[in-house]
Amino acid sequence: MKSCLVVDDSGVIRKVARRILEELNFSVEEAADGQQALDRCRIKKPDAILLDWNMPVVDGLEFLVALRKEPDGHVPIVVFCSTENDLDHITRAIAAGANEYIMKPFDREIIEAKFREVGLIA
Amino acid sequence: MTPAEFEFLSGFIRARSGISLADDKIYLFQSRLVPVLSRHQFSDIAALVRSLRLSTSGPLADDVVDAMTTNETLFFRDRLPFDHFANRLLPGLLARPGRSGAIRIWSAAASTGQEAYSLAMLCAEARGALGGTRVEILGTDLSPAALARAESGRYTQFEVQRGLPIGMLAKYFTKDGDDWVISPTIRAMVKFRSFNLLDSFSPLGRFDLIFCRNVLIYFDIDVKRMIFAKLAEALPDDGALVLGSAETVIGITDQFTLHPELRGIYIKTRASQSGRR
Repeated sequence: MKSCLVVDDSGVIRKVARRILEELNFSVEEAADGQQALDRCRIKKPDAILLDWNMPVVDGLEFLVALRKEPDGHVPIVVFCSTENDLDHITRAIAAGANEYIMKPFDREIIEAKFREVGLIA
Repeated sequence: MTPAEFEFLSGFIRARSGISLADDKIYLFQSRLVPVLSRHQFSDIAALVRSLRLSTSGPLADDVVDAMTTNETLFFRDRLPFDHFANRLLPGLLARPGRSGAIRIWSAAASTGQEAYSLAMLCAEARGALGGTRVEILGTDLSPAALARAESGRYTQFEVQRGLPIGMLAKYFTKDGDDWVISPTIRAMVKFRSFNLLDSFSPLGRFDLIFCRNVLIYFDIDVKRMIFAKLAEALPDDGALVLGSAETVIGITDQFTLHPELRGIYIKTRASQSGRR
């Protein structure tokens, strides 16, 4: 079973994402901001990270930049999941090492399509 | 929908498009007709059928055919045929001895254009290998409404998130309001025209490669056989035909045979050439 860390400051979004990901057969962990996510990744790197952009303490982009500098920080497949849906944000996310980008609102179909795109689902 | 109404509608669709509607899909058709009912201000399907019986041409008839035959599609649908195209089929076409002129590709059930644009994006990615070779992609569909959307090259946020890698979106689309619009370079590689697969293919010219996915399933076996014969005519010797993942030529025609390595790809056979005498 593959693991996915859901990073979002909204408990509602985390809950929705958890339900979809568990249906897709992922084991799910949650973090409410980039710092919590980084702490978790330092203990164990998940296979996938579903990552919000705008969060308190450490935001999604700052987290991603920090993660990619960690030992084995290139391993997790990072899928941004943000309301920031313009080309500028998308380009910055890709440049920082994001593997995919979901523009909110999302549903099960979009998560499934994007996770398949990056090889997380066969 | 009563059996008589269904029988009338399926007869009408069959006459207009050659497509056979199976009666196990009756609920699907009912739901597809709902927007047509409100657009033409009918209270129910019975009223629509009464009006259609009086006149089987005009805007109502067009909308009914559109609603019943247009298929939802997505970018890089099923992925595998596009991998085959980028890795094997396109390089194969470029390496063909005696090749000259543009490479012509037909997206024969283009719907709202995602397949044609997906192919165009892959050609743009292969610009180095193409050298100066021009690629012309023709997208055809029965539905003028679907083609108008294809022509616009404009897709919703939802549509661009199904099948389209984010790198491709960033590279080949711009954002306009809530929608995403395909870039002019990609748009310029693709032409669209309204076309019925029951008609003669000769006005379209010949093609190096044909994508005809998820449309033949709607035709009876005799119509399928006739379309396969015309597809073979439109291709060069050993030309490739790409069918949908649930489609096959087996038991229908000997004009195409399975590609020895690539699943979903069919190659024009010698039988089809001798059959053309």
